[in-house]
Amino acid sequence: MNLEAEGLRKRYGDVRALDGFDLAVPPGVIHGLLGPNGAGKTTAVKALATLIDVDGGTARVAGFDVRNQAAQVRRRIGLIGQNAAVDEILGGRQNLVMFGRLYGLSKVDARAKADRLLDMFGLTEAAERAVSTYSGGMRRRLDIAAGFILTPAVLFLDEPTTGLDPRARNEVWAAVREVAEAGTTVLLTTQYLDEADQLAARISVMNHGRIVADDTPAALKRQIGGDRVTVTVAADAPLESVAAQLTTAVGIPAVPDAESHSLTFEVGAGVVALAGIVRALDDLSLVPEDLVLRRPTLDEVFLTLTAAPQEAAR
Amino acid sequence: MTAVRAGWILTQRNLAHWARQPWTPIFGLMFSIMLLLVFGFLFGGAITVPGGGDYITFLLPGMLALSMMFGVEATATAMANDARKGITDRFRSLPIGSASVALGRVGADLANSAVELLVLIAGGLLIGWRITSDPASAALAVLLLLLFRFSMLWIGIFVGLAFRGEGATMAVQVLVWPIGFLSTAIVSAETMPAWLGAIAAWNPLSATATAARGLFGNPTGITEGPLADSAVWLAVGWPLLLTAVFLPLSARAYRRLRSG
Repeated sequence: MNLEAEGLRKRYGDVRALDGFDLAVPPGVIHGLLGPNGAGKTTAVKALATLIDVDGGTARVAGFDVRNQAAQVRRRIGLIGQNAAVDEILGGRQNLVMFGRLYGLSKVDARAKADRLLDMFGLTEAAERAVSTYSGGMRRRLDIAAGFILTPAVLFLDEPTTGLDPRARNEVWAAVREVAEAGTTVLLTTQYLDEADQLAARISVMNHGRIVADDTPAALKRQIGGDRVTVTVAADAPLESVAAQLTTAVGIPAVPDAESHSLTFEVGAGVVALAGIVRALDDLSLVPEDLVLRRPTLDEVFLTLTAAPQEAAR
Repeated sequence: MTAVRAGWILTQRNLAHWARQPWTPIFGLMFSIMLLLVFGFLFGGAITVPGGGDYITFLLPGMLALSMMFGVEATATAMANDARKGITDRFRSLPIGSASVALGRVGADLANSAVELLVLIAGGLLIGWRITSDPASAALAVLLLLLFRFSMLWIGIFVGLAFRGEGATMAVQVLVWPIGFLSTAIVSAETMPAWLGAIAAWNPLSATATAARGLFGNPTGITEGPLADSAVWLAVGWPLLLTAVFLPLSARAYRRLRSG
């Protein structure tokens, strides 16, 4: 494991920001840490990045203890906080050279590294301009580049796309994938479910300072049920009898909804069931107004998990 | 990496800021020059120096000391800005000594203040101020002024780190005025009501201003009291005392970032 936490606890007054936080992330993957505002995501990142002392529990990053071997940890991590923590007054290149030298590179090496990173993250053209003239996406990419100077074992990204427009978001996602392809473990916190879905191989859902679920995005979605097929019928069709007929024909209960004149099947594998449903409709000479196959979204997973944290944690 | 080496890199970063945005230090300089002209010519005619002497000659070392004190604003603002924008957290996540961030500030601000002293001294010479002592004494005066600035640095670093909000730096900006004026930097304490003059005489700024006057061979405006007898010792002691208080407080404020 490149990132391990066991029972981390941190209190701010009466608030338990971390309340038995556990995490295990193998090398070279993007791990999503998902949770609503105030769930403790940033506190977890700060604790793992040696920025704050925890009240209890242990954590190892890249094999080193965050409390007793903070210096070793810091040599192996990159941290990208919620604000793009790059120097706005300096140019992009100046920033990377400065951070490179602070990581212990010589002037010459720092410059060479800066040029490679500018190229890798598509910032060569803007290299000399002051960062204050950068777009949000450019600033973030520079931020990520600065965290990537030593090709860290672990890169922490705390809500990297908050406040960015969709285009900038795509740019940042590409940068994050680039980082992971180079073999770095990425811990990505986000409130955006599609972001976790797009990027993360595995997702931990966090609420009230602890992990309430930990699985692949697909498995998390399965956890709250399978696919759904919804058939909308004409407004004058006898919904109850159609439902009964379809239930018999398909072999799966069709749940009618009078308001939308629709019938919903909860099915295991949507595509397989869809064929049977279409055949049944055909046999009954029913022409549906609409036919939709819907997979559960991470939003539903998220809402289910964070609405009943105690139950989910059990 | 050692804190000294990282501190030097961060000093270069802070100096590069001024290269990128030269108006910030230039406005700071223009402000000091403006104050010098306002007091020297606008108010100066109405001010007499106890014990005799030309007011411009009396005023200039005081303005030098005052500008060293006003530096506390720049230090506090820069520290608070970095902390607020997350840059300080970024630096803290790097494998560099914990004193680096403060050392970078110290290096850059002392360099800036040294330039400011040179410009004000040159400006003073242009409007008739003269050094009538020997070069060694004059150099000691400049060193004492920088020592005073050094102590102001730690106050600025502490305020910037401990109170990261914009309110704190505004409070510093407001407070430096009464503290700056309640001293012998601009007028002699002997022209004030006795109780006020006593407070002004105990202002660390007064010690540095009076010591610099003596060392430059200028009128001190002080004829009796500890300030008249041992201004140089006070100008060494006060900054050391302030540093002894605020350097540990700054270190504590920096460590405290870890609990937040």
